[in-house]
Amino acid sequence: MTALYLNVISGGILIGVVYALIALGLTIIFGVMRVVNFAHGEMVVIGMYIGYGLWSAFKLPPWMLAPVAAALLFALGYALQLGIVNAFIDRPQHAQFVLFISFALMITGLHLALFGPDSWPIQMVESMQSYTIGPVRLDVLRSQAALMALLLIIGLMLFLRFSTLGRSIRAAADNLIGAQVIGIRVRKVYAVTAGIGMACAGAAGALIAPIFDTQPFLATDFTLIAFIIVIVGGLGSLTGALLGGVLIGLSEALAALMISPALKTTFSYALLVLVLLLRPNGLFGEPER
Amino acid sequence: MTKRAIPSRRDLLATGAGALATSILPRPVFSQGAPVKVGVILYLSGVQAFMGQQTRKGNDFGAKVVKEAGGPAMEFIYGDAESKPENGRIVAERLIREGCTLLIGTNDSGSTISVAQAAEAAKIPFLINIASAPQITEQGFTQIFRNFTPAGTLVGNAVARIKELGATTGVEPKTAVILHVNDTFGQGIMKGVDVLWDKQQVPIKILDRIGYDVRARDLSVEVAKAKAVGADLLMPITRVSDAILIIREMVKQNWSPMGIISPGSPGPYEKAFTDALGKYGDGYMSCVPWYNPTNKRAREIASRFEKEMDARFDLNAVFAFEAVEIAADAIKRAKSNEPAAIHAALKTTDIADHISYGGPIRFDEKGQNNNIGVVMLQNQNGKPVVVSPADASEAKAVFPFVPFDKR
Repeated sequence: MTALYLNVISGGILIGVVYALIALGLTIIFGVMRVVNFAHGEMVVIGMYIGYGLWSAFKLPPWMLAPVAAALLFALGYALQLGIVNAFIDRPQHAQFVLFISFALMITGLHLALFGPDSWPIQMVESMQSYTIGPVRLDVLRSQAALMALLLIIGLMLFLRFSTLGRSIRAAADNLIGAQVIGIRVRKVYAVTAGIGMACAGAAGALIAPIFDTQPFLATDFTLIAFIIVIVGGLGSLTGALLGGVLIGLSEALAALMISPALKTTFSYALLVLVLLLRPNGLFGEPER
Repeated sequence: MTKRAIPSRRDLLATGAGALATSILPRPVFSQGAPVKVGVILYLSGVQAFMGQQTRKGNDFGAKVVKEAGGPAMEFIYGDAESKPENGRIVAERLIREGCTLLIGTNDSGSTISVAQAAEAAKIPFLINIASAPQITEQGFTQIFRNFTPAGTLVGNAVARIKELGATTGVEPKTAVILHVNDTFGQGIMKGVDVLWDKQQVPIKILDRIGYDVRARDLSVEVAKAKAVGADLLMPITRVSDAILIIREMVKQNWSPMGIISPGSPGPYEKAFTDALGKYGDGYMSCVPWYNPTNKRAREIASRFEKEMDARFDLNAVFAFEAVEIAADAIKRAKSNEPAAIHAALKTTDIADHISYGGPIRFDEKGQNNNIGVVMLQNQNGKPVVVSPADASEAKAVFPFVPFDKR
């Protein structure tokens, strides 16, 4: 029984770290621009298709798929922000919602037209392998995905803390007028932020592609899970996204084991309601000033 | 001089609504001598498109074979219900308006009921190729003809096959755990198993029943939980993608029970499953209606289908193919493209030589063919083969199956 619990807990933590990378993308965009990206799950699915394509063409190992997907999604996010989203930054929230929901529908439609509704599975040697550490069996693909996701999350946190551009992003998030006064080109900062947010989604998608079969309809699930994580962790909080991801991964796994597998998603929503009741700003979020 | 009544606004509205209703109600358009228009309603897009596309291949191939054999002229018009049950009726009504005097479909119980309502309203015969919900033939529909096993019969036969397993292989499993998709289909099959297990006094104890969400992409916890039960048999009730996930997890978690036997669900016999899992897909057993491999014509049809359609002649294709043959037989005897004549001909269907395993194709007063048999398949060397019952077997069951770590 101990082995069962250890296996389930470790599996939950591993997938939770990848979920955290998805949520990080959503929270950084919101934290800096106060824009909610309803097409975030669709960006993850783009990353999955990129991962699938790279694997099919070059048989790259899973951890190498993520940087390429991240770079491509960064470019897409940067271009979208400069070309379209910047024009909506100062518009009412409902206009922003409609814009991102339109993006989501267009991307899913495009996926369906290009790849069809069927699942695209990645079959690699690692798909059937696991590491054995005492009584614990760690899924190879999940372990690699979680490690790579963790490295990307740490790298992003270091970038935001220590690089000049990272500091500009934080400045724009903390005090927009102040940032403009000291000469930060906010529109460019927004574009970089959107690029980073979508790169997180793309990288997570490429890491997930060997674990979940790629198909267009997964997008909504990813968007919802990202929302649950950032609300539980605290909107705009990077630490909250990381710990929220792990918490959701873990709670889903334990709920499946201890209550019922059919209720694991329900449990995430219950957790969300509980956090909203007890800590409306999330576990690590700060009250709006 | 009489005063002429001026129609009121209410009269105008009522007349307009009546005219509109008359114009939009589906009405078939017949033309004598022309090919019979057959509407085929399937899920050709959306989440269940894989099965729909496979069914379409069976339908197309059936049309080809009937044409080669000099069968009646039929024009097949496809309608896509987009994996949404409620679309069945809308698509059926459109096909009826386009002149279809026979409908075939739909590979899903929900949309089948929806199509049956449209067929009933327009009095157009509806030949059901695949759909197992028991209520389809219990709602008083007069236009339906189902050439597929209802869930109860399917599960009853499947349980019988599982019960026979000990006697035919000499190995008696003692316990089982059910892992099932938690939707209407999964719960229906599971409840059927529960009832029939006791009724048929199967000497295998079911230790646990573990349900999982229909949208689940990760079944690691579910498989870990099933493994912890320590049963001799795993009985999964799945569709193809979750069947693949289960086996992947079993390999990773190094769990090899005595056997894996599905008591009547799609998945393991499909090409997507065996292609995805290779040697790890072998050994999986499933109890389903299938073509009869001891029938020479069925073997030839299967072999031709696989070459010409580049697909496996699986359950979807078999029953799609057979539906076309039943339709051709009825139209030939009806000597008309009138729906009433086709309906009357379908009522008297009696086809002894057909490709699926079971007795003659005949429909009872509710429109059900009760003579469809269920075989036990086992994946061996990357493809499904019939291992039971004896009169349809083409190979011996490998039981207990080869553990995953010994492959």
